Amino acid sequence: MDGHTLDYAVQMKNITKFFGTVTANHQVSLELRNGEILALLGENGSGKTTLMNMLSGIYFPDSGTIKIRGREVTIRSPRDAFELGIGMIHQHYKLVEPLTAAENIVLGLPGGMYVNRRQVNEKVREISRRYQFDLNPKKKIYSMSVSEKQTVEILKALYRGAEILILDEPTAVLTPQETEKLFTVLRNMKEDGKSIIIITHKLHEVLAISDRVTILRKGEYIGTVETAAATQEDLTEKMVGRPISLEIERPKTQRGEEMLKVVDLTCLRPDRVKALNKVSFSAYAGEILGIAGIAGSGQKELCEAIAGLYPVSGGSILYNCQTDGTQVMENIVGQRSDQIYRKGISMAFVPEDRLGMGLVGSMDMVDNVMLRSYRRNPGIFVDRKKPKEISEKLIRDLEIQTPGVHTPVRRLSGGNVQKILLGREIAYEPLVLVVAYPVRGLDINSSYKIYDMLGEQKKKGVAVIFVGEDLDVLMEISDRILVLCGGKVSGVVKPEETTKEKLGLMMLRVTQDEEVIE
Amino acid sequence: MKGQRMIRMVKRDAISSKKQWMIRGIALVGALLAGAFLILSLGHNPLAVYKDMLAGALGTPTVRRETVKLAIPLLITAIGISFAFQMRFWNIGAEGQILMGAVCAGYFAFFQYDNLPRPLLILVMMLAGMIGGGIYGMIPALFKAKWGTNETLFTLMLNYIALAFIKYLKNGPWKAPHSQFPKMAMLDDRARLGKILGIHWGWILALVLVVLAYFYFTKTKQGYEISVVGESTDTARYAGIPVSFVLIRTMILSGALAGLAGMLQLAGSDYTITESTAGGVGFTVITVAWMAKMNSFGMLAVAVFIAVLERGSNKIQTTFKIPASAAEVLTGMILFFMLGCEFFINYKLVVSKREEAGA
Repeated sequence: MDGHTLDYAVQMKNITKFFGTVTANHQVSLELRNGEILALLGENGSGKTTLMNMLSGIYFPDSGTIKIRGREVTIRSPRDAFELGIGMIHQHYKLVEPLTAAENIVLGLPGGMYVNRRQVNEKVREISRRYQFDLNPKKKIYSMSVSEKQTVEILKALYRGAEILILDEPTAVLTPQETEKLFTVLRNMKEDGKSIIIITHKLHEVLAISDRVTILRKGEYIGTVETAAATQEDLTEKMVGRPISLEIERPKTQRGEEMLKVVDLTCLRPDRVKALNKVSFSAYAGEILGIAGIAGSGQKELCEAIAGLYPVSGGSILYNCQTDGTQVMENIVGQRSDQIYRKGISMAFVPEDRLGMGLVGSMDMVDNVMLRSYRRNPGIFVDRKKPKEISEKLIRDLEIQTPGVHTPVRRLSGGNVQKILLGREIAYEPLVLVVAYPVRGLDINSSYKIYDMLGEQKKKGVAVIFVGEDLDVLMEISDRILVLCGGKVSGVVKPEETTKEKLGLMMLRVTQDEEVIE
Repeated sequence: MKGQRMIRMVKRDAISSKKQWMIRGIALVGALLAGAFLILSLGHNPLAVYKDMLAGALGTPTVRRETVKLAIPLLITAIGISFAFQMRFWNIGAEGQILMGAVCAGYFAFFQYDNLPRPLLILVMMLAGMIGGGIYGMIPALFKAKWGTNETLFTLMLNYIALAFIKYLKNGPWKAPHSQFPKMAMLDDRARLGKILGIHWGWILALVLVVLAYFYFTKTKQGYEISVVGESTDTARYAGIPVSFVLIRTMILSGALAGLAGMLQLAGSDYTITESTAGGVGFTVITVAWMAKMNSFGMLAVAVFIAVLERGSNKIQTTFKIPASAAEVLTGMILFFMLGCEFFINYKLVVSKREEAGA
């Protein structure tokens, strides 16, 4: 073995992985040097996570070789990976909620029946000190914020002696401040000699943290470049395959009437904790109201309450609607969905869980298009003629890639699924449109198509409410941004009068106040 | 590095129907071969035994009629539970629903037969059977809708209650007069079903139900709602479907069909009610519904197939003196292969060698 190979912590060569007839990775190679931070860049669906899952033992490659520290290895299970010193922090955390941080960290480790908690806590504190983590090992997971949970996941990997760390989209759910903190920790770990791969599709983060960038596109290896020599423009071009403008168009419109007025809205979670606490705001025709907040700040409950799907324990949700030619603000609290519809309230909702709530994955496009309207025609039989026409129109207008209207929507890609969902909701010409995380998991092309569609609705005079997680996007697309924190409104701001950092602080404000009180 | 073989499961994307039937064919052959070893170990000629099984189930018009009679309750009850299963409501209480249907129909059959003209009597019995089964099916749905109880345990427990209730009836209030044994009387001729082509006309009803169930699921709003609720209650809520209502409505239908099967069993086949009126049909139909993938036409085929197996295994018990338990093992093996081959329809096995992966 020559000295050259020993410089590398990981060498993956010509890795290919099929899922059925889909090629997730085709002849992909990747090299991670010792003590570097490598960014793995690519659009959603480009095979980044698949590639890393083969390194962490979740999938097994169909062909290709993997070398760890110069030695060829077979990684058949997560246990194999962890014995080789590879630790992966997944996008969806795998933690046991009722247990403490320390208990989660030692869970599944070999050893006797008993856990020496004091010793574990001490070691966790020691690792935390070394890399400047901020974590109380005795805290239970369920009372933790998203960023703390992530810290536990990273500590779990470090505790097991991981030398090679893989982080899958670690910043997707963090505020700008939390992201900065994470990056500090990653730099400390790098100083300590750890080798790190960070999966991301955010370019400014790539430039901020990594030493080198490996780019994948549609499951193929495009190349590796030194970060210092890279620019946002050429990284985008490599990632998408052609030059693309990253500006989101924000059409200028005249703000119209108040279409939705929410007053002192309070909702309880099943565990009686307030998910929303006296939330008040208005949405106007011809504007996009952005809603920002760290994950779980009440966004989901707010959307569902507005859509009449979440039990409301206080306050009112007033819709502007025409009754006998006169305009009235109609309260939907406590009304069933068919009553709401009969009042002439025309509201559309694109929920965050597309296949778990917005669509029926096993059904075809026609059955999905009629999901919200099948009851409108009389009789006991469903009428599939009109939904079929709408489906065909959607396929043409939105360039939906599908074998046909009768293919189960679950088989389609995320972008196409979202186009069907948003397309259906728009097809019934709503006055208020609520969209929750509409581009999550979508590739750049589909994302921009979705932004265009929302801009189009705004121009038509629809009041659009856009719940998002990417502050850059929210700043670009929204006319106003409402920031939620712990179920309360911590402010409504105009994007041109604020900064990302200020938004980040607003997203954390209420929690900080509470800490001061304690 | 030494060459190691690894076998992995890979989910199939799509499979042609020709290949599907090929896999099922291979499974059947495999089942018969495996069964042959069992038969050989019992000291019989497998070919002769299989031939006798077929003859016992399909050989003469008489046995064919018996086979169809066996298939009727299987088919109707399978359609019934498929209503619940489509909704992911695991109704394993069809056994109890059959019994309750039989009991409710039995009240009119045993005690009101001379108060009603015959066509009306039969109609009332049918309705009573469906209402009895329907209510028995509604109870667990109501509890699930209101308090989120587990329907699997709930429906299972109701089976035992129904059995105990029948035991009580035949020992007490419904005990046949002048009988020394605790049993119910035989039905009066007026309460018995007429025959068409030598079999009670329940078979026509079953065939009609096959078609109706198919249309119910593919063409009606109610069928569509069941599919949406089955896929995700969140989606159903989002679509404005009243989930609890659909749950209860569908379980009433599911139980009603099982209750109807119970009534047919009473009035068309057994002419009395015992603890074995349901006779495991409520459990066998779980296999029927799954093997047919909830398709009612498929259930028709599977119900007949299982009836053939059952008749056949009865026949070889008398001809070859094969013990009942061994005959049951044989049918169990055949079903195991047929159900197991579904795995190979959904997945394929890939053998990879380390050397190849490295090359």
